[in-house]
Amino acid sequence: MGGVVRRLGAMVVNGVWQLGFAARFFWLILVYSGQSFTRLHLTIRELYFSGVLSLLIILVSGLFVGLVLGLQGYEILQRYGSTDAMGTMVALSLLRELGPVVAGLLFASRAGSAVTAEIGLMKVTEQLKAMDMMAVSPIARVVAPRFWGGVISMPLLAALFSAMGIFGGWLIGVVFIGVDDGAFWSQMQAAVDFRYDVMNGVLKSFVFGVAVALIAVFEGYDCVPTAEGVSRAITRTVVSSALAILALDFVMTSFMFRGL
Amino acid sequence: MSRTTLDLWVGVFVAIGIAALLFLALKVGSISGSGIQSPYTLSAHFDNIGGLKVRAPVKSAGVLVGRVEEIRYNNERFQAEVVFTVDGRYKFPVDTFANILTSGLLGEQYIGLDPGGEEKNLAPGEVIKKTQSAVVLEKLISQFMFDKAADSEPAPAKK
Amino acid sequence: MSEPFVRLENVRFAYGERAILRDISLSIPRGKVVAIMGGSGCGKTTLLRLIGGQERAVGGRVVVDGQDVAGLGREALYALRRRMGMLFQFGALFTDMTVFDNVAFPLREHTDLPPELIEDLVLLKLHAVGLRGAARLMPGELSGGMARRVALARTIALDPALLMYDEPFTGLDPISLGVIGQLIRRLNDALGASSVIVTHDIQESLQIVDYIYFISEGRVVAEGAPDEIRHTKDPFVHQFVHAEADGPVPFHYPAGDYAQALTGGRA
Ligand SMILES: Nc1ncnc2c1ncn2[C@@H]1O[C@H](COP(=O)(O)OP(=O)(O)OP(=O)(O)O)[C@@H](O)[C@H]1O
Ligand SMILES: [Mg+2]
Repeated sequence: MGGVVRRLGAMVVNGVWQLGFAARFFWLILVYSGQSFTRLHLTIRELYFSGVLSLLIILVSGLFVGLVLGLQGYEILQRYGSTDAMGTMVALSLLRELGPVVAGLLFASRAGSAVTAEIGLMKVTEQLKAMDMMAVSPIARVVAPRFWGGVISMPLLAALFSAMGIFGGWLIGVVFIGVDDGAFWSQMQAAVDFRYDVMNGVLKSFVFGVAVALIAVFEGYDCVPTAEGVSRAITRTVVSSALAILALDFVMTSFMFRGL
Repeated sequence: MSRTTLDLWVGVFVAIGIAALLFLALKVGSISGSGIQSPYTLSAHFDNIGGLKVRAPVKSAGVLVGRVEEIRYNNERFQAEVVFTVDGRYKFPVDTFANILTSGLLGEQYIGLDPGGEEKNLAPGEVIKKTQSAVVLEKLISQFMFDKAADSEPAPAKK
Repeated sequence: MSEPFVRLENVRFAYGERAILRDISLSIPRGKVVAIMGGSGCGKTTLLRLIGGQERAVGGRVVVDGQDVAGLGREALYALRRRMGMLFQFGALFTDMTVFDNVAFPLREHTDLPPELIEDLVLLKLHAVGLRGAARLMPGELSGGMARRVALARTIALDPALLMYDEPFTGLDPISLGVIGQLIRRLNDALGASSVIVTHDIQESLQIVDYIYFISEGRVVAEGAPDEIRHTKDPFVHQFVHAEADGPVPFHYPAGDYAQALTGGRA
């Protein structure tokens, strides 16, 4: 009994401790970002690893999600005889929710885990310590570029996901089922508001990008420097990122789309 | 630092990412269409707004001219007070009629503006006097039933 | 000039509860090469970390070039580290860069030299460790000994004032070992730097160093110039120099009584 309480207490203390460390870490990343932006090629390299290499999975998944939305949307909407609204349905669900959320989840498991693994292994092999010993801050040189690479990639990937999904919906609706092309686009345009739907979606994906990138670099930097420690850190990155995305999505949705 | 294929790929990635954003903004979200320019606000009181929501369209002659900004209850008049913005390019006479209409039979509700004949236009912030409330379907149906009942009852008496 | 470059005064250090260094006082004079020896796990690497400011002593003072390392802020510490070179025990090469870029790393980070000059300097350092031909390889394609030599080249890239070598001789064949030993010595003299070598290779170090410290159980147990060490009667040093299994140097990590552990605490 006392053991359980003590363990629980230790867990809470540890959690708070880690939270504080994560906050300080985030602050350090921001402080050192200036340095890493002056040498853009570092961030460009990370854009390649987290952005370009995620393209394929994002585009393919986006297309499939769009195809499914098209089929389901048609099936539901035809009951009410309003298949013209298919474009609206596909676009709104992608822009507001599916684009940022699914792209975020894919991004966390594709790029976030890779970043954690890379930083974790650098820690295991003492590369971070060696860098620190050479008077080069590992946060400026290793962490900040990876963080910004993730933050910049994420909104672009989410936009590509949504665009691809809308294309998928269009394929099903207009090309295969024969919904009127004009109605598809005009209904969509009438219903989708730039500021309200598009910008809020972009904002969401940006916030998810910050969350996933921060979790990924933090878990890597904070991992226990052993093979097992790194593998745990990778698992934690994927799990915490998924939870963070879904929780943040709920919070942001309740703020953004309260009016309707 | 020489250019590398890596730079090229990142360039391609950023370019198509921005293209996707533009596609969403222009083709999907019609940034131009819904862009209400230099808006001014008007308001109106309604006995019943039905299912009108914030951000619902404001139309005149079927053209989108503005959006509903705020809906609140006026406790002095016991009426709904609807504040909406109207595109600065469009002016409406002071005797304009504001109706709450429904697009289609079950579609979304919007405010329709019917311009009157006055010379003087509504100034920003002014209140539209002439309004007509939403048609509430239940009321319509019960009214219809009453009429039917009223029609059919005296019928045998006539005979 | 009489003030040594590095001075440790009654330094104490512990990882959590476990005391590693109990009371260490030693100094590394300017222009000299000093060796630190001791059994495995006695805290030699930890000692170098303390000098580099990566760990903070629990007690005592670590003074490097007149500055108390524990009292330095980030900027000052980094300024000091720019004048230090540390060879890590396991090399710690950056695995995502070529050998060339590894050695060029400190030069690119801390100087504004034109690329041609950096190239010349890097090839010079690589040549010194005999690996100029390996410049385009990735660290993964190197053997253990080659990786250590590349790490050595990177350590000396900025011509630092203090060189710390954590076991530079492990994994080297006898020929490279002799060459690297001479390189460390000549480099020190050419740069007018000060060097610390952590090593187990007593024969090699007797030839190149100026002074030797022996550490055991968190204390300096013996010290002296190579000549004194060779002829000492000190049982500790004697055991080390002649690699005898029995003697005062502990081989076992501190543990309970073995016989008791075997019988499971019965008896
Ligand atoms: N990060 C750490 N956390 C806890 N204990 C540590 C840590 N690093 C080292 N130790 C302990 O400190 C002691 C000294 O370690 P250190 O690496 O300094 O030994 P060493 O003298 O360099 O040994 P070797 O000759 O084998 O390299 C070891 O007993 C080790 O268990
Ligand atoms: Mg060691």
